[in-house]
Amino acid sequence: MTVHTDRQYEEELVDLRQRILTMGGLVEKQIANAVQALVTRDRTLAEATIGKDHEVNALDVAIDDLCLRLLALRQPAGRDLRFITTALKITTDLERIGDRAVSISERAIELGTEPPLKPYIDIPRMAEISLTMLRQSLDAFVREDAELALAVCRSDDEVDTLNGQIFRELLSYMIEDPKAITRAMRVLFVSKYLERIADHATNIGEMVVFMAKGKSIRHLDTIPPEV
Amino acid sequence: MANKLEVANLKAWFGGSQALHDINLVLPERAVTAIIGPSGCGKSTFIRCLNRMHEVVAGTRVAGQVLLDGQDIYGPGVDPVQIRGRIGMVFQRPNPFPTMSIFDNVAAGLKLNGIRPSRDELHAIVEQSLRQAALWDEVKNSLHASGVSISGGQQQRLCIARTLAVAPEVVLMDEPCSALDPIATTKIEALIHELRERYTIVIVTHSMQQAARVSDFTAFMYLGRLVEFGVTQKLFTAPEKKETEDYITGRFG
Repeated sequence: MTVHTDRQYEEELVDLRQRILTMGGLVEKQIANAVQALVTRDRTLAEATIGKDHEVNALDVAIDDLCLRLLALRQPAGRDLRFITTALKITTDLERIGDRAVSISERAIELGTEPPLKPYIDIPRMAEISLTMLRQSLDAFVREDAELALAVCRSDDEVDTLNGQIFRELLSYMIEDPKAITRAMRVLFVSKYLERIADHATNIGEMVVFMAKGKSIRHLDTIPPEV
Repeated sequence: MANKLEVANLKAWFGGSQALHDINLVLPERAVTAIIGPSGCGKSTFIRCLNRMHEVVAGTRVAGQVLLDGQDIYGPGVDPVQIRGRIGMVFQRPNPFPTMSIFDNVAAGLKLNGIRPSRDELHAIVEQSLRQAALWDEVKNSLHASGVSISGGQQQRLCIARTLAVAPEVVLMDEPCSALDPIATTKIEALIHELRERYTIVIVTHSMQQAARVSDFTAFMYLGRLVEFGVTQKLFTAPEKKETEDYITGRFG
């Protein structure tokens, strides 16, 4: 890639990219820890995860500040403009994913005080797919890779299917035994949170396609095979 | 949107060196088209070819076609003075005639073009031109003061009024704000916005932000060639060509 004539500007853009990656890495770890706390019934880990959310929030604020400063002082155009506005939007999605880690941790703490409903099988699978989507969407962002970003968007259906599957399974538990309703509902919430994380990763993927190609694929009925 | 000017295979030379290579471009009517590009890319030469100003310098040459409403301005028997009446030009530095009053500056274009209106008509044209140039309210009580007694920004609007007085169809502006401060620049830009309702405007500018602010279409030129032409918003957010992207983002080598 051709480098900026203005070296300081170039460094600020590199810094912005790096901060998004740092935030993405942190959020990914938060989700992984929250799910682990749920599966292993580890209250300490759940509480630690909740306690770390402020770091995600601080990065969100810092990245917003940097983006605003770049917009105001550099008056970016072309790919820089698309990069900075995409970064500005990605942080919002990452911050929301961070909040989901908190929610999962809260459910983990609640579920830990009650006997287990059933072994977790689909939830960890769903978490793995959602996290892979998140990781790939950020890889696509860094590499400006529209193909990879599109692949992320396509994976969303898989997570939706798993969510539906978990819903049906938990429904049968609730019908069978009304005493299981509270726990089943909590697990169902976790499933919904993970499904939302995949949606956020999809949002990031769509924004990366715009950043790389200058074309919006958002809110289309079907994901285009290529851009 | 109809096409006011159609440029086909336009080439221009300064002596032995070729400044423009096969420019093909269509300038839509009643719209602002900005020409951007690094120094020496041929933007000024290009707009000077649009009203036959390039040829006034010794040793220069032009080839190709420039169609104004379908008629080639380089065609046989076309009077360049008449073309310059239909396609006016505003220059980089405000250049009012220093020995003339504000009034006479605006009226000067008419006289040079052999238009001899009655006294009342002349007054009406001068007032209307100054109003269109958004200068009337500031100078209406000092019309007989010298054309250079007013500020730089006012002088540039005076030059725009002088251009408008001969009722051109196209107004070419060659970096009209480069000698002006930000406030005067804002006034000229607001004026361009108003003038586009009536005139076809082509503006050469070094400021990409200015091009982005004032124009409907933007042409990017490099090394005497037209690299990309398109809707301004598209060109500044997602241009088609890599050279354009490199230039607008400040990545030029």
